[in-house]
Amino acid sequence: MHNQIPMRATAAVCAAALLASLAACGDNTASGASTAQAAGAAALGGEYAGAGASSQQSAVEAWIEGFRGVAPNATVAYNPSGSGAGVSAFLTGSTVWAGSDKALSDDEVAQSKSVCASGTAFDVPVYISPIAVAFNLEGVSDAGRHVNMDAATIADVFAGRITRWNDERIASQNPDLDLPDLAITVVHRSDKSGTTLNFVSYLKDAAPDMWDYELSENWPNEVGQGAKGTSGVVSTIRQANGTIGYADFSQVAGLGTVAVKVGDAYTPISAEAGSKVIADSQIDASVEGDNRIVVTINHTTKAAGAYPIVLVSYDIVCPAYKDPQDARFAKAWLGYVTSAEGQQAAQAAAGVAPLPETLTGRITASIDQIKVD
Amino acid sequence: MPGNDLQRAAVDEVAVAPIPKGTDPGEARRGRAADRIFAGLAYGSGLLILAVLAAVAVFLLLRAWPAVGGPPDAVDAVVSSFTGGRFASLWGYVPPLLFGSVLVAALALALAFFVSLGIAVFISQYAPRRLVGALNTIIDLLAAIPSVVYGLWGGLVLVPAIYPFWNWIAGHFGWIPLFAGPAANPSRTVATVALVLAVMILPIITSMTRDIFLQTPKLLEEAALGLGATQWETIRLAVLPFGRSGIVSASMLGLGRALGETMAVLMILSPGLKYSFHLLQASQSQTIAANIAAQYPEANGLGVSVLIATGLVLFAITFAVNYAARRLTGKAAS
Repeated sequence: MHNQIPMRATAAVCAAALLASLAACGDNTASGASTAQAAGAAALGGEYAGAGASSQQSAVEAWIEGFRGVAPNATVAYNPSGSGAGVSAFLTGSTVWAGSDKALSDDEVAQSKSVCASGTAFDVPVYISPIAVAFNLEGVSDAGRHVNMDAATIADVFAGRITRWNDERIASQNPDLDLPDLAITVVHRSDKSGTTLNFVSYLKDAAPDMWDYELSENWPNEVGQGAKGTSGVVSTIRQANGTIGYADFSQVAGLGTVAVKVGDAYTPISAEAGSKVIADSQIDASVEGDNRIVVTINHTTKAAGAYPIVLVSYDIVCPAYKDPQDARFAKAWLGYVTSAEGQQAAQAAAGVAPLPETLTGRITASIDQIKVD
Repeated sequence: MPGNDLQRAAVDEVAVAPIPKGTDPGEARRGRAADRIFAGLAYGSGLLILAVLAAVAVFLLLRAWPAVGGPPDAVDAVVSSFTGGRFASLWGYVPPLLFGSVLVAALALALAFFVSLGIAVFISQYAPRRLVGALNTIIDLLAAIPSVVYGLWGGLVLVPAIYPFWNWIAGHFGWIPLFAGPAANPSRTVATVALVLAVMILPIITSMTRDIFLQTPKLLEEAALGLGATQWETIRLAVLPFGRSGIVSASMLGLGRALGETMAVLMILSPGLKYSFHLLQASQSQTIAANIAAQYPEANGLGVSVLIATGLVLFAITFAVNYAARRLTGKAAS
């Protein structure tokens, strides 16, 4: 009598796992790689926590939802505490993975030795988020039209050297727009932000003569107005005529966006155009540590149809974990996130650009380095 | 621990209320025991507030120490990252923040002070009885609105709505440096923040000064009226001098709230780090409290120490302002 109950329970669990893996197979017939991982992950149970970039929150929520199809018994939680706080939490071992708007520093890689069972932590790109240069200008943005600017013009506007919309330097690039004689109000982030860092990195690379500030996650000058968070920037832009600022593409609905000069043409912002610049970028081979995929964004790209102002968001994991369950989870989680299915879920939920195919091979190779017994 | 302290504070509050002494000689001994207990509790609460103050000061000093006594290079790097490279030392970073805090709070107090006094005089001297009740309720209600609500209202409603007014001021009074244009649009400026903070501290100053004016001895007022004074003269000669120290106390409480106000400033002001009196332009000043709230989420260990050091400065300044005000009223009264 007493022995039969655990036996029956085991049988029930096995049956459930079998059903779940069959169901997962049914969902994923399109992509072979994720099917294989899903079959192994279906038996995964327990609770797993991650923390990090708040900008990843909506994408991670979509992934958690989709990951239930891969590992129905695993419970995943994400704390959007900010990139810095997320990496610190990961380095104390309290979370399985960290989400971050920037790659690890050499110091952080060295620190990760004490957390990972062997080797050092590595970062894997999980999506690309185009950064819009958004504006509110009566007669232009409400008519759904773009303003064309090259990198030097954008740098001049954000450094306060171009102060009116009908300035010759803007007007000459927009012959078919009727630009008003109105003051430009620049809006930037007042808090520390990966978006700011990526935006000023673009200005520094693409217009080095016009932008001589130090690179920083904090805004470097006192031109225009500062606002807290992406929502603060967007609501400030909406509040007045003649404002211009930068924010995640997914948050700027209803505002006008600047088409940026790439090569000889002006590229309007879109998710696909954001992917193209990464397809034309190199992986930084000089970083310390194994398996790391850190993208050096090619801000001066000439690729047709590429939009060069983007942010690459990373997940940070260990190559080996002290708890074998954590390793299995990390492998299955990253496998799902970087799969075609996971990328589509993120694009639908957060408006981010999918990883280009040139990167997926490298990413899969790195994920395969996570040791599971 | 905190629960105990709270409970004790609650008991103390009850204990300090005046309790009529027993007049029956049979109860004298029991009365004396009660006397001693109440005196002990009152002493206790007096000491408790000192202990709390000391605890805060010690916490600030200990946590701020790495920023002051730590490796200067690392501290400079933190400050430089906070300011995007505009300042590279603690001594360059703190003074503009302090300037911003004091400027915003002083403006708010200047705006709120006379209006509060007017409301208090109206309630205590002029208003018909039925209106007094309604006004008192409204003032208490204003005091109960959380600052984040003021911040949302200021940031989303007042900022776009007030631009034409500030623009008019800049156009007509722009020759006064304070109002030098062009007025920022949207007006996320020191002037707008001061206005919102003034509304926030209005109920505190009003309700305290009102209570003090109501305490003016009837005899004084009647004597003034009897000597042929008009109502305005009565207020000027009897009510205001009687309430002087109370008015200062109320203003200091209001100033304290304005100095420490965080959410409303954070949600309205476009921050800057200049020593500037251009009230209508954006990105001129930032307050210490709002700066801590803005930088804290992404600060590392030493960054937090730097922020706490700025908090220590705010603590010291609030203390100094209060002390100076006490000295001033003390001199005026004697």
